[in-house]
Amino acid sequence: MDYQFDFSLVLQSLPVLLRGLLVTIELWIPSIVIGLSVGFVLALARLSKRPALRVPSLFYIELFRDTPVLIQLIWFFYAFPIMIGVQLSPFTAALLGLALNTSAYAAEIFRGGIQSIALGQWEGARALGMRHAKILRRIILPQVFKRMLPAFTNRAIEVAKMSSLASVLSVHELMYQGRLLSSTYYRPLEILTTVAVIYFVLIYPGTWLSARIEKRLAAKA
Amino acid sequence: MGEPILRVSNLQKWFGDHHVLKGIDFSVEAGERVAIIGGSGSGKSTFLRCLNFMEVPTSGAVALDGKEIGRPHGKDGGRRYPESELCAVRERVGMVFQQFNLFPHMTVLENAMEGLVTVKSMKRDVARDKAAKELEKVGLSDKLGAYPGRLSGGQQQRVAIARALAMEPEILLFDEPTSSLDPELVGEVLTVIRQLAEEGRTMLLVTHELGFAYHFATKVIFLADGVFHEIGTPDEVLKNPRQERTRAFLDRFTEFAF
Repeated sequence: MDYQFDFSLVLQSLPVLLRGLLVTIELWIPSIVIGLSVGFVLALARLSKRPALRVPSLFYIELFRDTPVLIQLIWFFYAFPIMIGVQLSPFTAALLGLALNTSAYAAEIFRGGIQSIALGQWEGARALGMRHAKILRRIILPQVFKRMLPAFTNRAIEVAKMSSLASVLSVHELMYQGRLLSSTYYRPLEILTTVAVIYFVLIYPGTWLSARIEKRLAAKA
Repeated sequence: MGEPILRVSNLQKWFGDHHVLKGIDFSVEAGERVAIIGGSGSGKSTFLRCLNFMEVPTSGAVALDGKEIGRPHGKDGGRRYPESELCAVRERVGMVFQQFNLFPHMTVLENAMEGLVTVKSMKRDVARDKAAKELEKVGLSDKLGAYPGRLSGGQQQRVAIARALAMEPEILLFDEPTSSLDPELVGEVLTVIRQLAEEGRTMLLVTHELGFAYHFATKVIFLADGVFHEIGTPDEVLKNPRQERTRAFLDRFTEFAF
């Protein structure tokens, strides 16, 4: 093998890649925020005694978890407009797909977390006269967050990488720019390695921070 | 001579096909201390838990100060219990659990304050003072900032007692409060409970500590097969039981006496 690495190309392409990174972040952070919020509500519906809440949430969760994300993104861009008559921009379709997909996984993380909290916690709070919503908010959820932080972190990492699928809809995020440059310069190795490094630099601080928080929460107990 | 503080009429509890409580009639006067003893599966915990509606009776009624809780529903003595009414009952009837059920993400002080702040909507500094006072009473003033996970079982149970006391309940229920404790820690909890007894509090205690029951209770109940098999003073039930079944139950406790 007599391959000549050309990393000067990398330095040339950085501005383009960093612009892509910005779009990736614009997809990533809102997806997590929306995904967690919607996921929480979904989890409560999933745990509800009322079938009118439980059954649709179950259906939603399985739909988003058991089908490929790529198809979900494509569907939001091409099929959704046919149904509601509104054409979403590629970015919006990608964001919607990522956020709702995340919400399905987040719902299961919340549900598992809530169900893993010992019944005694509910009883100790109820015996004081606390109502269901208060118990959830003050006693159960704080313990759920602490317990499920690793699972939530995992999910956040996945979403960051899943955002690369938006390139299929021609959203100009990091992967799109990377693949465009690769084919333009016929240097996939250097370009895509750089893209991988950028993803790493993006994601790692989050996991480090999460580990720090985990440690601090554990020290309290 | 007023209304008994607590009265139970024909209390029945079914868990599916299992008939656990088979029609209990009972009343408690203010200041009484009732010890409930019995074998496992006798229904004693279920009975206690019906008094603050941790379990909801299948039929029959519980009355506090003469007022029956819930509303009649259906033809066979069933009742409907709105959540708000049950929450109000639980502010007046406190409970201490076998497994403590402290909140691990809160400090000792925060645990003791929680009911005051969240249920009674007390201002935090007022609640803090009240909680600290109760924790001093149970001998844990030096542990206010500690987390439950760092405390011994006996200390955790004392926090649980302080947490229940802070709510100023009219009646205190103890569901086998020392059954999860290492034997050497049992004494510190029983000492606290005896202190409460000396204050004239109305208490019901489900326990296997027969010696403590003998010294602490004004009335002892032996529950078997979902009914009150024998009821009387500690001397009557624990020293001179009339029923053969009671005698047999008590004998098991002295089997390995030395």
